[in-house]
Amino acid sequence: MKKTIEGSEAMAETVQNCNPDVVACFPITPSTHIAEDLDHIYSNGGIRDFIPVESELSAISALIGASATGGRSFSTTSSQGLALMHEALFNAAGMRLSPVMVVANRALSAPLNIWNDHQDSVSERDSGWLQLFCETNQEACDAIPQAFKIAESIAIPVMVCVDGFYLTHAVEQVDVPDKELIAKYLPKFSPKVKLDSQNPITMGAYAFPSDYQDFRKDLFDDLNNSKADIMRAHDEWAKLTGRKYGNGLFEGYRLEDAEFVFLGMGSVMGNAKEAVDRMRAKGEKVGALKLRSFRPFPGEELAKAIAGKKVAVFEKAISLGGDAPIYTELTTAALEFHPNVVISSFIGGLGGKDVTVEVVVQVLQKIKGQEPLKEWV
Amino acid sequence: MKLPISKPGTSVENKTGDWRTFKPDIEVAKCIKCGTCQRFCPEGCMGDEGKVPIVNFDYCKGCGICANECPVKCIKMIPEK
Repeated sequence: MKKTIEGSEAMAETVQNCNPDVVACFPITPSTHIAEDLDHIYSNGGIRDFIPVESELSAISALIGASATGGRSFSTTSSQGLALMHEALFNAAGMRLSPVMVVANRALSAPLNIWNDHQDSVSERDSGWLQLFCETNQEACDAIPQAFKIAESIAIPVMVCVDGFYLTHAVEQVDVPDKELIAKYLPKFSPKVKLDSQNPITMGAYAFPSDYQDFRKDLFDDLNNSKADIMRAHDEWAKLTGRKYGNGLFEGYRLEDAEFVFLGMGSVMGNAKEAVDRMRAKGEKVGALKLRSFRPFPGEELAKAIAGKKVAVFEKAISLGGDAPIYTELTTAALEFHPNVVISSFIGGLGGKDVTVEVVVQVLQKIKGQEPLKEWV
Repeated sequence: MKLPISKPGTSVENKTGDWRTFKPDIEVAKCIKCGTCQRFCPEGCMGDEGKVPIVNFDYCKGCGICANECPVKCIKMIPEK
């Protein structure tokens, strides 16, 4: 049902409508409203179990336990909270469990900053979780049922990444997917194996040097192969609701004949599309490319989409002592698949630094030269 | 998909001897059957006190405590093949 609603509340209602067995949250800005709303829903009998845990490490641990027993499990966090979950994120993925988490993206300390960038999720890129970045609250509400479907069908946990404040605290019109719709889309969670006193198993047990690497390679391959599952989950949802976001992995905007492309993730892409429209009105051949799936990274598909173009990769995250993460991976993919591109790296929007339409226009103007650039904006 | 799961059980089902890199080698002729190695063995896998030790290699982890404690030094730790 369409309603004018705060992003956090819309996401909480969507989670409720996905019928989770266990929700475990510890409040941290800017994800707090999602946790508060879910607790409120629980108090009114709307969800089966809400555990008000004492830390984020406990939250993810509760999710691991719940998922291991075959329960649909959910949490939400941000920034330092996600960092505190770090070691257990690897466990959830390595044990092939299926929790889903909304990460309200926020900068990491120090200096302390509560505003949006993508450093928290991007820093967990190697944990084995899928990461889907959303531009709008509608997209976030559409991604949550998809996340449960993907996580539970391939036994890999999923993060739905939404920009802190820009989405979580924005009040806008959202068509919140209702229970009946989600019931048609999302089957009952029935994992291949689960903790069961009648048929006991040990999960995540010790693996010797002779076996450990085989498990890692298996997870590595399954993550790379999950692109097909993400696209399928996205297409099925699109059929049901009419709402689609590119091919599910990324979304091009006026991309076909574009010579200059702004590539980014999350809410900034709204401004990017506006910037593209303004420049197109003046006859400039520009386009935008929104990356939805950061993990798995659709390198080959992206390289094909940008072949022959000049691309500005705009990132709200850095890798200290190296280059920006998406830039690095896109450059590698381009070299491998379609080397006739010029890729520039732009870092900006860190800790809530404003990225206006004008900033996007400037970035697109800057990449018109022959040489690739590396700049902070 | 490769699930990292195993069947839970006590040491009756789960053998632990394959952790070993060294194993005790006993020179039976030198043994005085004092029972020291059997009392010190953390796995309790060296047989009965008062007899020449018989190592149960399903459980011996190769820690070498027996060789260290033996008063007549009749136990040598040799590399596991």
